[in-house]
Amino acid sequence: MSIIIHKNTKILVQGFTGKIGSFHAEEMIKYGSNVVGGVTPGKGGMTHLNLPVFNTVKEAVDQTGASTSILFVPPAFAADSAMEAADAGIKTCVAITDGIPSHDMVKIKRYMRRYPKDKKMGLVGPNCAGIISPGKSMLGIMPGHIYKEGKIGIVSRSGTLGYEAAQQLKDLEIGVSTSVGIGGDPINGSSFTDIIEKFENDDETIAVLMIGEIGGPQEVEAGKFAKENMSKPVIAYIAGLTAPKGRVMGHAGAIVSAYGESAIEKVELLKDCGVTISKNPSVMGETVKKVLVENNLN
Amino acid sequence: MDIHEYQAKKILSDFGVKIPTGGIVYSPENAENKAREIGGSKWVVKAQVHSGARGKAGGIIICNSPLEVADATDKLLGKKLITNQTGPEGKIINRIYIEEATDIKNELYLGLVFDRSSESIMVVASTEGGMSVEEISKEKPETIIRSKIEVAVGIQQFQAREIAFGLGIESKLISRAANTIIGCYKAFSELDATMVEVNPLVVSHQDEILALDCKMSFDNNAMFRRDEIAELRDKTQENSNEVYASDRGMNYVSLDGNIGNIINGAGLAMASMDMIKLAGGEPANFLDVGGGATPEKIVKAFKLISMDTKVKVILVNIFAGINRCDWVAEGIVQALSKIEIKHPLVIRLAGTNVEKGNEILKKSNINYIEASTLEDAANKAVKALG
Repeated sequence: MSIIIHKNTKILVQGFTGKIGSFHAEEMIKYGSNVVGGVTPGKGGMTHLNLPVFNTVKEAVDQTGASTSILFVPPAFAADSAMEAADAGIKTCVAITDGIPSHDMVKIKRYMRRYPKDKKMGLVGPNCAGIISPGKSMLGIMPGHIYKEGKIGIVSRSGTLGYEAAQQLKDLEIGVSTSVGIGGDPINGSSFTDIIEKFENDDETIAVLMIGEIGGPQEVEAGKFAKENMSKPVIAYIAGLTAPKGRVMGHAGAIVSAYGESAIEKVELLKDCGVTISKNPSVMGETVKKVLVENNLN
Repeated sequence: MDIHEYQAKKILSDFGVKIPTGGIVYSPENAENKAREIGGSKWVVKAQVHSGARGKAGGIIICNSPLEVADATDKLLGKKLITNQTGPEGKIINRIYIEEATDIKNELYLGLVFDRSSESIMVVASTEGGMSVEEISKEKPETIIRSKIEVAVGIQQFQAREIAFGLGIESKLISRAANTIIGCYKAFSELDATMVEVNPLVVSHQDEILALDCKMSFDNNAMFRRDEIAELRDKTQENSNEVYASDRGMNYVSLDGNIGNIINGAGLAMASMDMIKLAGGEPANFLDVGGGATPEKIVKAFKLISMDTKVKVILVNIFAGINRCDWVAEGIVQALSKIEIKHPLVIRLAGTNVEKGNEILKKSNINYIEASTLEDAANKAVKALG
């Protein structure tokens, strides 16, 4: 198995008929993802990319049985769309949109607390590359062909660093079970912990590569979770060793504002949790390989 | 986005927070008149720059006559204020705020931020006003009060009262203090702020609760619905290259070294900076060209990077996904036919169609150094510094 998305996962595209939504929907279909339709309010009844367009997510779910959605809606309307997906019974929504206000993200997360755990949507992102289970399904904007099928789980805040890791692994003939981009914003849908917990429970995944960066508490929280709850090895790289304090380093969430949020502090705290650190971004693949060999997992 | 102290205070006062009487001035004459208008016998002349620690840097002057106010204004206007937060280049003083001096009994700290763990709004308060929150958490952590506010219902009176009592405020002033805290919360939650910091919040001998200094930052992502806040932006307080980039929708970060970077993706950019540092170099900046590194974008990127006079070597590091390496390479070739680059250029392409991309670069007549991995790119960039 992989996590979150599998071969037959039925996917809806929110913001389907827009330029970006259309482009990536086509890429996903080419990869083999089971895209069953899309939602663009006001364009219901149309056919786009040979697939049905619906006015509401509820209608789309009713008609197609979709469990999953990917969101390309512009920032001003993205929070509304994510909440609409949650209310329509979507199980996983990946928000690609970059530029959603933090106050809106807090609102979405607060809104989703109304659902009991088994009915609660998993939101991934925003400002992320999405999810890929190589060879099975792609729910994102990544170049699918750089991912080899295999047994390493990747979870990354950055899109391109996730690609970099997948490429390094592929060059070493190591494959990926699922790769999840959780996004670069300060408040995001799924945390590192949410994802590594899924990897721990996934039969196919044998080790997890976590790619973090400066800012926020999530990497260290995931480290603590791993120490207490994980049987599988965790390897981590933290970007931003050279980032000055108090500066936003490209990602809105990449800012050091408290103790434990700089790269050096995160690296030390993660080491204390038994996480193996990739000392620089060029050796993420090699470090994973070394850990696999040490644990007789290759 | 940051705003000036006087702008932040105006906002707070709109939300019912008391502030000392004051006004903004642009000339010594203006300042003298403003002091007379405010009245009293003591004034504070405050340089308006986007930085804390202005007092220690000489940006805040206490005056005993309107003439002194004029002199102090004369001294500060047009000068660059260098604080421990501005970097060595400092920030230009174009505006002066004149305020009546406050008869301070007690200085407190009050701050509001997002708490990224609980995903709520956190009020942070301390009895140790006047110190930075970092200093307080190091030296007097026991004085810090934290209160998480449920955003769906907002701050409640009892929460504000608890904080006020926790700060040791006397009973007769509790409701005044609570309303001040509530005002700050409302400003934070209703205006898409990411930080509101009142430091110090003071209790005066006249039993007033006053915001003596205030810093506010706002979410850049929310500016589309905050025209009234966007108007408060003062570009003279920002790095000019960063302003140039942000005005054109590009993500640019200025740093102190001499290697300029054109990269796609913020994470890859940070990773590249780390590799440069490991290789013994220092990045001058990075420009994130994002997903679609089109030729037009690459031309703009080279232009912007070259505007930074610190740059001695340019490193291009693109991991092409959807935008294939051959497109990126063509973009680079086109860009370099339009502008001249005087500095050594290191190019590292990776991802989709990397062989084709490198071939296009080789066949062109651009003068560059090819690199394969992140590490190789950083090493070659540092070496090219000579």
